[in-house]
Amino acid sequence: MVNRYLSRTLMLLVVLTGLVFNPAWAGSKILATSGATQIEGAAGGGLVPWAIIGGYGSEREWGAAASVTRVGLPDFQLGTAAVHAGINNRFEVSFAQQTLQVDNLAAVLSSPLDGVIEQHVYGAKARLWGDLIYEPWPQVSLGMQHKVNLNPAAGNVLGANSDSGTDWYLSVSKLYLHALFERNLLLNGTFRYTDANETGFLGFGDGSGTDTQWMAEASAGVFLNANWAVGVEYRQKPDRLNLGESDWRDAFVAWFPSKQVTVVGAYTDLGKVALWDDQTGWYLSVQINN
Amino acid sequence: MRLLTIIALIWLLAACSTTPTQPTLYERLGEQEGITTIVDNLLYEIGGNDTLLPFFAATNISRFREKLIEQLCQVSDGPCDYTGDSMAQVHAGMDLNDSHFNALVTDLVAAMDEAGVATGAQNDLLARLVPMYDEVMNPDDYINAEPTDTDANRVTR
Repeated sequence: MVNRYLSRTLMLLVVLTGLVFNPAWAGSKILATSGATQIEGAAGGGLVPWAIIGGYGSEREWGAAASVTRVGLPDFQLGTAAVHAGINNRFEVSFAQQTLQVDNLAAVLSSPLDGVIEQHVYGAKARLWGDLIYEPWPQVSLGMQHKVNLNPAAGNVLGANSDSGTDWYLSVSKLYLHALFERNLLLNGTFRYTDANETGFLGFGDGSGTDTQWMAEASAGVFLNANWAVGVEYRQKPDRLNLGESDWRDAFVAWFPSKQVTVVGAYTDLGKVALWDDQTGWYLSVQINN
Repeated sequence: MRLLTIIALIWLLAACSTTPTQPTLYERLGEQEGITTIVDNLLYEIGGNDTLLPFFAATNISRFREKLIEQLCQVSDGPCDYTGDSMAQVHAGMDLNDSHFNALVTDLVAAMDEAGVATGAQNDLLARLVPMYDEVMNPDDYINAEPTDTDANRVTR
């Protein structure tokens, strides 16, 4: 079941690897400042989209990234294959194919549901003003993520009233140089307007008419040196379906061995997901950049 | 509670009295010798950088080297006065964009790595240089503004 997603992902990686070996397309952004890929495909941390524009392309340049991410939890496997591209350090477009594999979904809901929920996320982001490093004010970006849940049965059973939805978010990011124990400190705050249940895996809305809500997300990271960063993230989530949907958290280590490769490992705490408590586990994301 | 306060105060005092005098950034960069190495490494990096090299086609490299050493010495609290032109004057007419600025920062970091400068000292120097970004990128704003400011000052005085 999982193999077909893996093969698509591998094809995607092959294409991007081709781009990597064309040096003419290397962007000029400072190492690590194009971040990683968050689970819905946007440039950011692991869970939270940041105001940064993806890829190493600066002004009059472009850059792209492809990544695969796995989150291993007691009752789930969450996988994302994603690409994003940034142009002129101004606009970003992204696409993510997400799969949530539920180990015993059919048994719990006693219905013939697919054990895998697949979701596609089409994203766009624009930098409104500011610069992550050089200007005194933070970088501020506006983004959207249009999500289509291809297996909406589980969400429908639990009370969601739509299989697609659009999140809007405003992100504020700043890298403070020589800020904490002489290290560079990255702070990010994101405010998301969303009607998604479990980020869309359990559909959208609940038919109450006041479906869409503002949620707060935050990230903090410290660069130990040019190649290594550690940090934490927090993502507030609504509980429209009255399932006790938890806020999400993680603590991450990010490795930037070169502009071509980004690796993020994390310990994630997704709390209660649908009917399953205590979903804590590991997170691993590997990204290549042109 | 009072005992805790006293212990905290004593601990604080002890911490203050035993902390050695913090070296200046100038000292941490290796003083004149270290800064000279950084600048020479930087010139070497620029020499291999197709984005930046064209901007130095008409530059007097030995003067550039001397003034940059002087500037880094001053910026890092060393015993120097920068006698070169303002950042606006130096960068006027270059039509620089962020890719150029990023390229120089990347080369400077490589130059400091090569010179063995510790991460903390590197971050400190970068933090002191980054405020020059606006003047480097928008030199016209500063050059045109200079006489106007002086005139305004004269009028108000």
